[in-house]
Amino acid sequence: MAITVKLPTQLRDAAGGVSSMQVEGATVGEALESVFAEHGELRERLYQDGGLRRFVNVYLGGEDIRFLDGLETTVPAGGELTILPAVAGG
Amino acid sequence: MAAKQLKCRECATEYPLEARYVCSRCFGPLEVGYDHERLADVGEVRRRIQGGPQNMWRYHDFLPLEGPQPRTRTGLPAGCTPLIRADRLAERLGLEEVWVKNDAHNPTHSFKDRVVSVAATRARELGFDTLACASTGNLANSVAAHGAALGMASYVFIPADLEEQKVLATGVYGTNLVKVRGNYDDVNRLCTELSGDRENWAFVNINMRPYYAEGSKTVAYEIAEQLGWELPDRCVVPVASGSLYTKIAKGFQEFIDVGLIEGDLPTMNGAQATGCSPVATAFGAGHDFCRPVKPSTIAKSLAIGNPADGPYALDLARATGGSIDAVTDEEIRVGIRLLAETTGVFTETAGGVTTATLAKLAERGDIGADERVVLVITGDGLKTLDAVRDSFRAYEVEPSIESFEAAFAESVPA
Repeated sequence: MAITVKLPTQLRDAAGGVSSMQVEGATVGEALESVFAEHGELRERLYQDGGLRRFVNVYLGGEDIRFLDGLETTVPAGGELTILPAVAGG
Repeated sequence: MAAKQLKCRECATEYPLEARYVCSRCFGPLEVGYDHERLADVGEVRRRIQGGPQNMWRYHDFLPLEGPQPRTRTGLPAGCTPLIRADRLAERLGLEEVWVKNDAHNPTHSFKDRVVSVAATRARELGFDTLACASTGNLANSVAAHGAALGMASYVFIPADLEEQKVLATGVYGTNLVKVRGNYDDVNRLCTELSGDRENWAFVNINMRPYYAEGSKTVAYEIAEQLGWELPDRCVVPVASGSLYTKIAKGFQEFIDVGLIEGDLPTMNGAQATGCSPVATAFGAGHDFCRPVKPSTIAKSLAIGNPADGPYALDLARATGGSIDAVTDEEIRVGIRLLAETTGVFTETAGGVTTATLAKLAERGDIGADERVVLVITGDGLKTLDAVRDSFRAYEVEPSIESFEAAFAESVPA
């Protein structure tokens, strides 16, 4: 079953204007690879040196994946990933 | 306006001065860049400041606003808070010269009025009619009050378990108060998502964040001016997102760069609560990034587990020979009492964190005998009353001299 990936407004221009995508993958990292397979430009926006850039937050069902297993976090079927900028608040 | 553009702190991409806070290339934070060349006549700049109003708009030349200096008898003018020489506190800590910058003196009793004043004014310039924020409490008070003062609708999002005083001092202004079942980082995530969909809302600390953050520089401008156009040697500042801490340094640096003051940046010490100390932990471990934490501390106004400006706070602490330290909830309570008993200033838990951190630095021998230290107190003790409940004894007596004397005979030997 597909995983939903919600994209922030800042990424939508590089994703054909969509606000969310349905992708496949067993982990957060695999799901993001599926996103990059469709919209290659997003890799450079989100990744640096093979990992997430330091100002990118990814949430699985509302929980920051850094409290889980990071990119190795298992994503259940039907799970929802949300990508957001980290520089808000304070 | 001296502000020229928004610029990414990570990759230096430039953007126009819009309601935009994040670089779409690398997700780095955007910061306001200035052209201060027209401030070449330092004497004239100083005269303009000194002839300005008794509030933060006197530093209008250094703020990212398009229009003329905002009218100072409308709205909620913030700033020009007292800088008090705290000799009794210094003596208790074995220090030479300590000053307290008391930002509880702002209209809604915290430094947040500075950042909201700039964000709200800029929001109006950009055509917004609605203010919003994700808040740990003090910002909620300020956004709700500024909305009322400026005639703008407001939506204020807070963690559901916030101190009652901060909830009441927000709702009273007639805002749309939203209590979110979660911690501040949950509130912030929700608001970050919402800000993408509510394009006609000015979220002061999200899409208006570059302007908002600039307001904190005025703390530094005031300290320098109040010290007779001189720099302190050291500042002790609370750290939640790290924005205030880094912007105070930016404020001093700008005044140095235009020639209003001479010298080097003060040693910058950051203060966190042990129960939410991602920046202090990273500092201690020698890391240049912060690992997020789940906050658990009485210092709720500092309870940001995922600090946006954490990496820059770490850079600043190291560059100035300072540190980021953390203190326990018990030390926070002691800090509140120490400040109150030696200066007459009653601060909230965040000020307890800052005062306790100063005490820790003094005890550790980090502070030189000849140093001039400024302690930045960001909020009022009436906002976090639980922190001092049952921390002292009161005498209850009958309305008679006998009863009064009996009560004191019992406890205090004559």
